[in-house]
Amino acid sequence: MATRVQDAPVRIDHRPAAARRRRWLAEVGWKYPVAVLIVFYAAFPLAYVLSAALASSGTLTGSTELFRSVSAANVTALGDTRFWTWMANSLLIAGSTAAGSVLMGAAAAYAFSRFRFTGRRGGLTALLIIQMFPQMLAFISIFLLLLTLGNVVPVLGLNSRLALICVYLGGALGTNTFLMYGFFNTIPREIDEAAKIDGATHAQTYWTIILRLVTPILAVVGLLSFVGAFGDFILARIILTSESNFTLAVGMYAWVSDALNANWGLFAAGAVIASLPILALFLFLQKYIVGGLTAGSVKG
Amino acid sequence: MPEAGTLGSPRDVRGGPPVRGESHARAWTGTGWGFVVKLVIMAAVNAVGLAIVWAAYVEGSWGILAGTLALTAAADWVYFSKRALPSKYLFPGLAFLLVFQLFTMAYTFNVAMTNYGTGHNGTKQQAVDALLIQHERAVDDAPTYPLTIVQRDDELGFAVIADGRPMVGSADSPLAAEPGATVDGDRITAVPGWDVVDRNTLLADQSLQREVLDLRVPVSDDADDGSIRTREGTRGTVYRSTLEWNPQNETLTDAETGVVYAARDDGRFVADDGTALPVGWQVYVGFDNFVRGFTDTNYAGPFWRITAWTFAFAILTVATSFLMGLVMAVIFNDARIRGRKLLRTLFILPYAFPAFLSALLWRGMLNANPDYGIINDLFLFGARIEWLNDPWLAKLAIIGVNLWLSFPYWFLVCTGALQSLPSDVLEAARIDGAGWWRTWTSITPPLLLISTAPLIIASFAFNFNNFTIIYMLTEGGPRFTDTSAVLGHTDILITMIYQISGVAGGRADFGLASALSIIVFLVVGVISALAFRRTRRLEEIL
Repeated sequence: MATRVQDAPVRIDHRPAAARRRRWLAEVGWKYPVAVLIVFYAAFPLAYVLSAALASSGTLTGSTELFRSVSAANVTALGDTRFWTWMANSLLIAGSTAAGSVLMGAAAAYAFSRFRFTGRRGGLTALLIIQMFPQMLAFISIFLLLLTLGNVVPVLGLNSRLALICVYLGGALGTNTFLMYGFFNTIPREIDEAAKIDGATHAQTYWTIILRLVTPILAVVGLLSFVGAFGDFILARIILTSESNFTLAVGMYAWVSDALNANWGLFAAGAVIASLPILALFLFLQKYIVGGLTAGSVKG
Repeated sequence: MPEAGTLGSPRDVRGGPPVRGESHARAWTGTGWGFVVKLVIMAAVNAVGLAIVWAAYVEGSWGILAGTLALTAAADWVYFSKRALPSKYLFPGLAFLLVFQLFTMAYTFNVAMTNYGTGHNGTKQQAVDALLIQHERAVDDAPTYPLTIVQRDDELGFAVIADGRPMVGSADSPLAAEPGATVDGDRITAVPGWDVVDRNTLLADQSLQREVLDLRVPVSDDADDGSIRTREGTRGTVYRSTLEWNPQNETLTDAETGVVYAARDDGRFVADDGTALPVGWQVYVGFDNFVRGFTDTNYAGPFWRITAWTFAFAILTVATSFLMGLVMAVIFNDARIRGRKLLRTLFILPYAFPAFLSALLWRGMLNANPDYGIINDLFLFGARIEWLNDPWLAKLAIIGVNLWLSFPYWFLVCTGALQSLPSDVLEAARIDGAGWWRTWTSITPPLLLISTAPLIIASFAFNFNNFTIIYMLTEGGPRFTDTSAVLGHTDILITMIYQISGVAGGRADFGLASALSIIVFLVVGVISALAFRRTRRLEEIL
């Protein structure tokens, strides 16, 4: 980085303005070209996929020239595929998972944070230990469990979206309780006690007072659960077997991996549309995420 | 849950309007809408629970029956008892956790101790039945009957005329006399309750033909009597198994060759000369699967290479993306830069793009053919570089793509950590004469690592099992050439397990795959325990 500054054609000048300018270049100015480089690195693939999505021909050839043509042909062509079904499945599954995770995680965090009961400490420790083992590692027994369950209750068997949601919800408590528990502890207990004195039951305190005070952490957990379920591949792939039940991750993987029939324009259009809900969530909830990240949740 | 709104607003308070002057919070007591909602939900839970119990009873699935019964009873106790207050909040989450995480983990251990997989699917009796069917042949003096294919709902059946009597049967119900059938010449043309499948329909439908060829209708309840099969759809022949099952000695005898296959402890029928029948049954094999993972010629070699690459992949991914994020955070954590908010938004774009789409996108961009792959075309002058098909380049590509995916995360984390560095320590260093370099080598990194170390370890554990990126980019390929197992140079342990398990098709070996996943469980557990010691969470609860 330092060499970049020396290479810059800066005239040596002893006038105060020039000195300030030189100092600015050495300390701040060079950061702008670096920023441009990084933005190029970060955004180039995204610009490329946008360009491919808007290209008029659905073929791969000529796809290396960015924004040569702009048309909605690819987006319209998605209507002939199962893309919208998959999108609806993904949104339904991820949305239900997020809602369920938030409700169950918040309830558990409330119990651990506000009640003192036998087994509380043991329960917290157990959750900490369970949290260490990703649920997805047990995918074989999840598969076998659903195989057996499907013989008895078909809606909870393989190839059922409800079963997939249930599996995701099984991982919810382990992943989210601690994130929420810490946040619940920051809400002063005096608030609960005041409500109790005023005659509120525990349920009223929880639904009408506490939940409103912990909204930021609910947003973070909801977002992370949503993104997690939206992007999950391995569980969705082994559980959902028929095309009409696929999520986007499974369906679009099938598009790209099928080398003979891969249609790049279609994939690009699908990718742009599929990423919109997640991009929107991220940009709107940016400030919550930064806090949530350092509280211990990981994506990358 | 609708309780929230209704309970919170005094309008819905039961027991009349609040007396003037009294806090309306007082009037919250008593049975409200919340109770009604609870009743409705609990009624639904019990109905579903009982329905599952009944279905499990019909199917004879005693495990599911007991589990459902226990969960339903527990739910009733928790929500109708005045005592178990914390459980009311814990129960829903715990129920899901119990079934879909704890049980499956325990079950993984159980499966790892068995030979469960293709060819070892069920009980010994099921294996015997399957073998008897597999070895069915048309016996030399086999009787042949005129046959009509019939259908009802999803079930296919055969209608034959045996000894002048019309008989009907399907795969599940043995042949039985059907006096109501209409016979035209030597052929049945109508059967009450069944639709006759005519020849043109059969010829037009390939999958139906396959079903017809696979269909075997037992002659009677006794499996030794054989079954009716057809090769062309108009004539049925009695097939008998060449194997004979002797329940006393637990042997299968091949009537043609006279070879005797005896049941053995490892779940197979083996003859004296060592040949085994293709179908076995499920038995506990102890730690054999673990031993096999390390010694089997097909898996042992790949296993060590894949383990090494898994560690290299996880370490390199975390190291490269952390360093890049840290350098960026240092450069751009500078109040004098204008438009920092905009820059931050642009920087985190790759992080906000769903990871599976990123991986698929890069797969296309890294296409070796410069006509398709923009990386080769635009940045490498149209050279044909096999990014995803060369063992080393594929590894490089995976780490490169993962860097693109995860540097924004570390940029956000490091920026946050830098901003929360204790200023008094930095000030003290400055007063003591530490220059820019000294501060950046001796003061900041240790402080930074305190807050980021748990995240570094967590990220390592995450990438250790980063199935999506590997599978979406290379599917583990390029393939190893020195083993018949479907494994490749960029496979990590979790994709290897996926491949061996056969859950997505192919030959399944649930036992071996479960044993391997237990090894990964242990590795991840150790890593997480390290992370755990680093965090102060334990202090919070203890």
